[in-house]
Amino acid sequence: MKLGGGSRVLLIEDDPAVREGLELALTLHGYRVRAAASGEKGLALLRAEAPDVVVLDLMLPGIDGFEVCRRIRAGGEVAIIMLTARGDDLDVVAGLEVGADDYVVKPVQPRVLEARLRAVLRRVGRDQAEVERHGELTIDRAGLTVAHDGVPVRLAPTELRLLLELSGTPGRVHSRQQLLESVWEHGYFGDSRLVDACVQRLRAKIEKDSTAPVYVQTVRGFGYRFGPV
Amino acid sequence: MSRRWLHGCAWGLRARLLFTFGLLCVVTAAAVAGGMYVQARNAILQRTQDAAVQAMTSSLEAAFPLRSASPGPAELDEIAGTVVDGNSSAVAVYHGARSTAGLDPAVIPAELRSAVARSRIAWQRVVWQGSPVLIIGTPLLIVDRDRTSRASGIEVYTARSLLAEQRSVDGLAASAWLTGGAALAFAVTLALLATRGVLRPVRELGRAARLLGEGELRTRVAVRGADELADLARTFNGTAAELERHVEQLRAMEADARRFVADVSHELRTPLAALVAVAEVLDEEATRLPEPAGRAAGLVSQEALNLTGLVNDLIEISRFDAGVAALAANEVDLAELVGATLQSRGWSESVQTELAPAVTARLDPRRVDVILANLVGNALRHGEPPVSVRLRADPHRIVVEVRDHGPGLDDAVLPHVFDRFYKANAARARSEGSGLGLAIARENALLHRGDLTVTNAPDGGALFTLRLPRRTHAPDGGPR
Repeated sequence: MKLGGGSRVLLIEDDPAVREGLELALTLHGYRVRAAASGEKGLALLRAEAPDVVVLDLMLPGIDGFEVCRRIRAGGEVAIIMLTARGDDLDVVAGLEVGADDYVVKPVQPRVLEARLRAVLRRVGRDQAEVERHGELTIDRAGLTVAHDGVPVRLAPTELRLLLELSGTPGRVHSRQQLLESVWEHGYFGDSRLVDACVQRLRAKIEKDSTAPVYVQTVRGFGYRFGPV
Repeated sequence: MSRRWLHGCAWGLRARLLFTFGLLCVVTAAAVAGGMYVQARNAILQRTQDAAVQAMTSSLEAAFPLRSASPGPAELDEIAGTVVDGNSSAVAVYHGARSTAGLDPAVIPAELRSAVARSRIAWQRVVWQGSPVLIIGTPLLIVDRDRTSRASGIEVYTARSLLAEQRSVDGLAASAWLTGGAALAFAVTLALLATRGVLRPVRELGRAARLLGEGELRTRVAVRGADELADLARTFNGTAAELERHVEQLRAMEADARRFVADVSHELRTPLAALVAVAEVLDEEATRLPEPAGRAAGLVSQEALNLTGLVNDLIEISRFDAGVAALAANEVDLAELVGATLQSRGWSESVQTELAPAVTARLDPRRVDVILANLVGNALRHGEPPVSVRLRADPHRIVVEVRDHGPGLDDAVLPHVFDRFYKANAARARSEGSGLGLAIARENALLHRGDLTVTNAPDGGALFTLRLPRRTHAPDGGPR
């Protein structure tokens, strides 16, 4: 039952019962959980604890979840899973835009949350391949670093995984469904907005002009393709 | 009676009014003008006849006494000459002989001659050479000394043209026709004006009633004048206002009720989130708990999940009600989608599929998954195996049929299958699922501008048919 493998989770949730319930459940699943009741406390704990993943409620008193998400992204590449209210589609889109890796809808079954946690925490396989160059983009599959024009690019976990997945087979088209399965480990009916939002964020970081992308190209009506550069 | 009434109804109000007015006018004009014509004509002719007879007898009296009892042609000429004036001709007849000039005896009708032969003054109108003629015949009598009289055998006939009288009678008739025609035209004009005056408000009322029926509850008609139609218009306006008030009230109540459900669902979400989180902990520990705590824990866990399903469905349907449900459409392979739906729920083995290959459509896969999961889940729970899913397509739409082979649905149940919380069996207090599944499925189909219907298959079993438009014609959005 110890699936979490001791990964550290920072849970930011203002409702005490939900917070305690999720803390209990995730602890039972083998995670080391620290919980915060507000965004401010959560950001403080983030610096002190350096968690592997943040589970972030969007509706928070004080600074709200979006702002917390933005500040976490400004400071590092920790994985972020949003807790959103069912049916609040705008929240989902806005949350993904400010850098969340994935989201779950409240009320969430802990086993569902756990599956998402596992997916975002999955270590990207490092291989001994040469450093790849695609135009001005350098991808180091061994060191898991990316540089654009010699400048290191900081990518969130899903952004990195998406780039590695696409660039692994340059020129091949990946459907959103395939990407949802390979990058997010969602089933067939995953939310394709996750892919679209992640592609937007990735382009903003690696493309010169994200309205005319060179590396991550859209294939209308089907999906995405890396290159040709 | 009723048939005649129906027949009458087949005419428009305008036609009926026009017809009635016209008929009334024709009958009145005919009665008045006809009556007057007949009377005037008779009076004219009578006066002419009387005058002619009078003139003839008085001039004959002047011819008396006769010079011989058996006159010759010369005497007959003389007799005829005494009764002729400017516009008549005459003939005197004595047995075979006749006066030489004047009227041709052939013109004189036989009945007139026989009447005169019986010693009476008689007259008759005949048409001779195309013009009306009054012929008056009189026998000449011989008065004896004892003051008795006997026929002399001499008969005198005069013919007098009635052309002038004919002309004035014709003039009378013409003016009667003219007056009647003018009156008819006038009556029709009046009738048209009257029908327009009546029909315009009637038509307006009809249009207003139609608009009202189509849901335009603000429809009112203008009230003109103070007649029955104005009363009707006022009544209509009053009814419409009342209807509008009631409908607004009902709408407000319904909106309140729906908002309440949405609010309650949202409020339930937070405690439910805590409950669901803890329930799983309980569930996993249940096997280690002593009875009955273990079973209780299992129940709590199960019911927390059921409650979550219900609240999620309530939130979903309140989003449809609020009109904020949105499509995330994608180009999707339908066979792949159906396969994924069945596989993700472990139904692949228990459901027969007949899926047309390479059918793609632009739709929201997650919403279609919800529809299919509801239909198949329903068939597996309430129907009899085998449950089958069939996919067909034409260039414009895709059709997915989900059916089971059970006894099918009651005819009384069929119209309510997609109602919220509808329970086919009142005895079943609570079914699996929220009772909203099929309602949500249908809303999802409608959101795609498709539809979802149910019938009983001819050979038994409920047959749900989902039709969705393909919308694959975007030039650059099509499948590869």
